Amino acid sequence: MAADGSIVTLEPSIGRRGVASLRRFTRRRSTIAFLMTTPLLLVIGGLVVYPAGYAIYLSTLNRRMTSNIGLGNFEILLDTDTFWMVIWQSCIFAVSAVLAKAMIGFWLAHKLHDIPSKGQRKWRGMLLIPWVIPPALSTLGWWWMFDPSYSSINYLLNVFAVPAVPWLGEAWWARLSVIIVNVWYGAPFFMIMYLAALKSVPEQLYEAAAIDGATGMQRLRYVTLPMMRNIISITVLFSLIVTFANYDIVRVLTNGGPRDLTHVFATYAFQVGILSGNVPRGAAVSLFMFPLLAIFAFFVLRGVTKRTKEEQ
Amino acid sequence: MSAATSREEPGIYHKAGSLHAERRWAMWSAYASLIFAAIVFLAPPFYMFITSLKTSGEIANLVGNPWLVREPTLENYTDLLSDATFLGFFWNSAKITICVVALTMVISTLAAFALARMRFWGSQVLATGVFLTYLVPETLLFIPLYQIVGGLGLLNSSWGLVLVYPTLTVPFCTWIMIGYFASIPKELDEAALIDGANWMQMLTKIFIPVAMPGIIAATIFAFTVSWAAFVYPTAFVTTPDQMPLTIGVVSTLVRADTFVWGKIMAGALLAALPPVIVYAFLMDYYIAGLTAGATKG
Repeated sequence: MAADGSIVTLEPSIGRRGVASLRRFTRRRSTIAFLMTTPLLLVIGGLVVYPAGYAIYLSTLNRRMTSNIGLGNFEILLDTDTFWMVIWQSCIFAVSAVLAKAMIGFWLAHKLHDIPSKGQRKWRGMLLIPWVIPPALSTLGWWWMFDPSYSSINYLLNVFAVPAVPWLGEAWWARLSVIIVNVWYGAPFFMIMYLAALKSVPEQLYEAAAIDGATGMQRLRYVTLPMMRNIISITVLFSLIVTFANYDIVRVLTNGGPRDLTHVFATYAFQVGILSGNVPRGAAVSLFMFPLLAIFAFFVLRGVTKRTKEEQ
Repeated sequence: MSAATSREEPGIYHKAGSLHAERRWAMWSAYASLIFAAIVFLAPPFYMFITSLKTSGEIANLVGNPWLVREPTLENYTDLLSDATFLGFFWNSAKITICVVALTMVISTLAAFALARMRFWGSQVLATGVFLTYLVPETLLFIPLYQIVGGLGLLNSSWGLVLVYPTLTVPFCTWIMIGYFASIPKELDEAALIDGANWMQMLTKIFIPVAMPGIIAATIFAFTVSWAAFVYPTAFVTTPDQMPLTIGVVSTLVRADTFVWGKIMAGALLAALPPVIVYAFLMDYYIAGLTAGATKG
């Protein structure tokens, strides 16, 4: 960088030489910028773009990766009932979990916003804890709480005279358990995002609404929701992506069972591609996520750029 | 007479009284909801802690309330902390996380500086591309990466994990740093240029100190993500001596012949401790990093 420094010191000298060195300076600037972004380009190119392309290539191979069978893997997958189950389960899981997370987060953010700001920090700190614990580890705790014979949740239910629930044993209960754990883990994130958004709504708007005689419901409908619309859509879409591609919770809690009924794309891809050793088919499974994720990503990006423009 | 006044009073004070009551009702319902949420949110870690204090005998005993511990013991913790395999997991996690955080911060600080301040050909496209790669979930890439890492001979090695973890951390860290760097006033770099600073000096003497909160937030993010990473280690590492904590606790403790629940819970809690400690001390930075993704840039 010493050479660069000397060029900069030349810069103040006005005249032809100054113009020339200025031009050289800008030329240097782009080279430096390129050098600075090279590691990033290597990471994105080598570990994201290249693997993504490689996944498409892999998915067209046969099991032993000796010959190209075109779309054969996709056809075989679409012919099996298990895979259709995976598609349905992924959609049910992602949509219901994200809806529940968004509503609980919205509700808690409002309640947090209502209490005096002195106490907010303490409550916020406490309520964010599920998000801080690595999900694979907290799911172990849930697994133990759902244990068929020692379930501490069933113990509590029995106290209220509710019969014991076969949490992980039956298909729909197992699906519900996976959703519960995901909601427990993700709702605090929504709460934090919505609380930040609520704080940025100008107080005058509520005062104006109050003067106009708006009820609480109307304030929510005509002031809060329009002001938060953008952040709500960004968080919901973002969470759809993450939840749709979720792996940890299903892997630890049910590992796809009972009878492969709770598999989502990620865990099924893992089972097929790595545990059963059919790498091309596994790649095909995870590629099925791509179109949906691309649609979500498109809308997230649009929301974020819109938001940036609003701020400027 | 008294009946008449008492009937009139609510009429006169109706507005004020109802506002006051509404306020009180809002407070009451807020605290009720928050207490309920706190109980539900904290019950699983609490129960994990209770279980970790129990002996296997007490856990197997179905009589009584499972949420209470009768003979608390630290045996599970002392067992784990003197277990070489478990300490090995801890060491692997620490090693991987430190390397990944250092790598991530160098890569993303340099790139964010270039993208935020040096307009060059394609910089706008690249910034968008960074955000898009952040949206690519790791579960989409782990199978091709499995082949690639295998091709490099790095399967079953924690160095293979150091190689692939940056896909989880670099895009988001770069993205939030672009936001922080872009919010630094242009006058500062002009002043530095006049004083004869070069780009590197500008970055180290002005941008890094001024954007320190953003750098701390990004570091915390990189730390928590690489500590909690689960998909890559489950796919790439199968020998216990190379495993980081998350998969180590989930696979080796659980796959033992009998479920030693007290020990599993103690292990999970010990493994979760570092991110929780970081969160407890740096909560404001943590939350700033969390909300920066959507509210900044």
